[in-house]
Amino acid sequence: MKPEDWRIIGLRDNEYDLITKILGREPNQVELGMFGVMWSEHCSYKHSKAVLRTFPTTGPRVLQGPGENAGIVAIGDGLAVCFKIESHNHPSAIEPYQGAATGVGGIIRDIFTMGARPIAILDSLRFGTLDDSKVRYLFNGVVSGIAGYGNCIGIPTVGGEIYFDPCYQGNPLVCVMCVGLIETEKIRLGKATGVGNLVILAGARTGRDGMHGASFASEELSEASEEKRPAVQVGDPFMEKLLLEACLELIENGDLEGIQDLGAAGLTCAVSEMASRGGTGMEIELSKVPCREEGMTPYEIMIAESQERMLMVVTPEKEAKVHGVFQRWGLTSTTIGRVTADGLLRIKMHGQVVAEVPARSLAEDSPVYYPASAKPAYLERTAQLDLAAIPQPDDFNTVLLKLLSTPNLASKEGVWQQYDYMVRTSTVVRPGSDAAVLRIRGTQKALAMTTDCNARYVYLDPYAGGQIAVAEAARNVVCSGGEPLAITDCLCFGNPEKPEIYWQFRQAVEGISAACRALETPVTGGNVSFYNETKGEAIYPTPVIGMVGLLNDVTKACTLPFKAAGDLIVLLGESFDELGGSEYLAVIHGRVQGKPPALDLAKEKALHRVVLAAIGQGLVHSAHDLAEGGLAVAVAECLFEHEIGARLELDANGLRPDSLLFGESQSRVILSLSPENLPVLRELAVREEVPLAVIGRTGGDRFQIYVDGAPRVDLPVAQVKAAWQGAIPC
Amino acid sequence: MWRAEIKVLLKKSVLDPQGRAVENALASLGYANVNRVRIGKYLEVTIATPDRAAAEAQVREMCARLLTNPVIEDYTFTLVEVEA
Amino acid sequence: MKFGVIVFPGSNCDLDAYHLVRDVLGAPVEYIWHAERSVAGFDCLILPGGFSYGDYLRCGAIARFSPVMPAVVEFARRGGLVLGICNGFQILTEAGLLPGALYSNTSLQFRCRDTILRVENNDTPFTRGLPPGQLLSIPIAHGEGNYYVDPETLAQMEAKGQIVFRYADREGRITPDANPNGSVGNIAGVCNENRNVLGMMPHPERAGEALLGSTDGLLIFKSILEYWEGCR
Repeated sequence: MKPEDWRIIGLRDNEYDLITKILGREPNQVELGMFGVMWSEHCSYKHSKAVLRTFPTTGPRVLQGPGENAGIVAIGDGLAVCFKIESHNHPSAIEPYQGAATGVGGIIRDIFTMGARPIAILDSLRFGTLDDSKVRYLFNGVVSGIAGYGNCIGIPTVGGEIYFDPCYQGNPLVCVMCVGLIETEKIRLGKATGVGNLVILAGARTGRDGMHGASFASEELSEASEEKRPAVQVGDPFMEKLLLEACLELIENGDLEGIQDLGAAGLTCAVSEMASRGGTGMEIELSKVPCREEGMTPYEIMIAESQERMLMVVTPEKEAKVHGVFQRWGLTSTTIGRVTADGLLRIKMHGQVVAEVPARSLAEDSPVYYPASAKPAYLERTAQLDLAAIPQPDDFNTVLLKLLSTPNLASKEGVWQQYDYMVRTSTVVRPGSDAAVLRIRGTQKALAMTTDCNARYVYLDPYAGGQIAVAEAARNVVCSGGEPLAITDCLCFGNPEKPEIYWQFRQAVEGISAACRALETPVTGGNVSFYNETKGEAIYPTPVIGMVGLLNDVTKACTLPFKAAGDLIVLLGESFDELGGSEYLAVIHGRVQGKPPALDLAKEKALHRVVLAAIGQGLVHSAHDLAEGGLAVAVAECLFEHEIGARLELDANGLRPDSLLFGESQSRVILSLSPENLPVLRELAVREEVPLAVIGRTGGDRFQIYVDGAPRVDLPVAQVKAAWQGAIPC
Repeated sequence: MWRAEIKVLLKKSVLDPQGRAVENALASLGYANVNRVRIGKYLEVTIATPDRAAAEAQVREMCARLLTNPVIEDYTFTLVEVEA
Repeated sequence: MKFGVIVFPGSNCDLDAYHLVRDVLGAPVEYIWHAERSVAGFDCLILPGGFSYGDYLRCGAIARFSPVMPAVVEFARRGGLVLGICNGFQILTEAGLLPGALYSNTSLQFRCRDTILRVENNDTPFTRGLPPGQLLSIPIAHGEGNYYVDPETLAQMEAKGQIVFRYADREGRITPDANPNGSVGNIAGVCNENRNVLGMMPHPERAGEALLGSTDGLLIFKSILEYWEGCR
């Protein structure tokens, strides 16, 4: 072996040395390829492992934390929710439709691999700005890809988020979360146990597609990436639907000892992880693997990333039955090997050993790096925001309309109506509210779910930004009536070998950890996507938080729109002169500057208690958290669905009118309620020491805001809604 | 053996939304002289029979039964002799 | 009265139809696997929504040749009640049980949203008891729901009362804006001449519970039950 041989597949010299030490000899080409994909950043987490260990991952409800295909959290009644988020950024940058579609397919497999029935998909998407035709191509392609796969397989796409910022121009982010339901006793793990048990491969045939996908995801994108296009896989949602039904049937009947999907690093990853987790080995005969193309070499079969494939371990007695089930679903399944006791992966082709490596060395023994970390220089510059230098707008009407028509705040209905968000008839709160709510059939319960991250905050202060991402996700769940349970995270960053990027990563993880501890929402899994850079420019650090919450009574699910005229509008929480990192500052004043708003986790938690109690006691008609665009935008969003107007009368209390209207102070929620419920609500707020202000009333057909008696905003609701609705071309 | 190369297009009387979208896109790229864009499907089927007439009859039958929907689609095809 | 929900490979609204009939309507229902060759013992067959065979080639084109389909065709010919929803409607047109064809929405995009349907014919087993002109709020979720039929056939269908639902606005007007997919005449659902086979793109099984936003779809299923009771 020459240095080029390992360098070309992404291995470093020290890693090659480690491999020869593990094997006690030089690896052959197949073995080197297997180490190359398994020790890629994407599969090995070698730059992030040490930091990820600091996440809080346990809690009374957590049944499965990080390390398996997905996390699992108990929700009572013998049921549990299984969920995970994963990125498919690089493939989507190269071929947006297939990149996004296979991202959806991959995360769905992670869920049903655990034995859970997938019930919902959420997508957290980020693109450059829509004035660029390439960005519009990526945007439309990604949305169609999600729709194409999710709609066909019949799992509702119920939520998510979409942001646009120049930092994602060449490197869009496509993070897909899948949520599933499982009876706790049916949980299956990706383990190969029982020496002598058989290894079965089912689903699609193996082709040369997706070769080196894992390595590809571990590099920066460049012009040359376009030429790597063959690395992008093509998805077949119909095949996956059949595979899902067949696998769930087998798991339901207890026919499988272990099951694992084939994703990044293909067969290599599946066999090494299953054997490693089971403390076993495997002997695999590659000539048994059904191939789509002729003449595939052992190397190619081992690392191909063809989609819609599953690997299972079954007892010899169940072999025929398992094949029978796949056959009935019209799927191919083949016994390709057996579980052994020696901990080795022995890969054969027509009886000849072509690779022999310890399973554990591939799955667990990659080097762990502790990269240097240094506070980025840009923070000096961005931290200096002099509010006195920011002029107050003359016309708040124009500012409000402009904010509502920026793509980040505008209606995303044009996107989500391309997704089937209702199939399986359990969607109680549809896309467009703070969190989606899905009922759990056969119980009174429901699940609330959301994804959140304000990456601009994370850029300006990774620690605070990480905290806020978790707090906002929790607030969204709470506003829908759900008690936050746990999170999954999709940590998208630039090149971790740059000290500034690694500093962002560490700080963000610390912030997320702190918020998760305070809000009692442990981390149950997720993924890390590094090297999100183009031409040396990193994206904003974007740790997307996916959160699931529990409602004990589905009929209590709450939505954001105002429901009736004559209701009181109440603001919970406190407002400060906080414009740093705000959408207002970026859009109206062209500045990405300042510190993100301060977050007090104890106050956040107290706010959640008040809102949950208010919703639980049926005191309120609507609840909506305040986020980008602040109070004025949040209230405007409550007007649209039923076209009910509102009149707000605010006391500035010494705040600038623009921070009062558009500042993004944390831990605030807007409620609407019948006046007779106010005293009880006030009692709840007083008990938790959460500031409460009655700021206006619903009614009429205009949106009016008075500050200290002076009119600042006065617009017909129809005009405000039109600005918000028509902004994103789909 | 015969390779049937089958082209399926929407009938002229049926609106072709894809064709119209592409036509508009081409116009916006400056191709003012382009019109009547239609988008259809191309299918390739290899039939193991020595007899051309039999192959032709079979293609027609397959098109009528499965490969096209005569309510909205028309088709044309050519046969190319290929090595077994 | 016993309902059967046919499960094709790739059906994904089978559960929803099953759930509505069993848990909301309270009638007996069973799944029928596409490989079955008999539908004996069933009184109403539902062909559910989804992407049978991935909607490859054309929506419904491959499912129409499923082993169960000859039995469905025979059942319909003998007057049995058949309801095709979304992909089920597409399968029924491909199978020749209903006139016309469904193809790509003019927007070229999948559309999932609530629509308002105007009842055009209340003299069918599926719509009896609904006043003519009644408006129903029922959602759609499809990429290929653009109904096409040639003008002569359309005229005959109109004359014979085969147009059962049209997309309408809130005032019940049949306008281009209310048409979500480009269907000729805003057609959302049609029946055969005998009126025992109904195909519709909107999903009545998604509008059966207040918790989900509308109960108007349930009226169609109740009508089927009432018709059946009346026949006995």
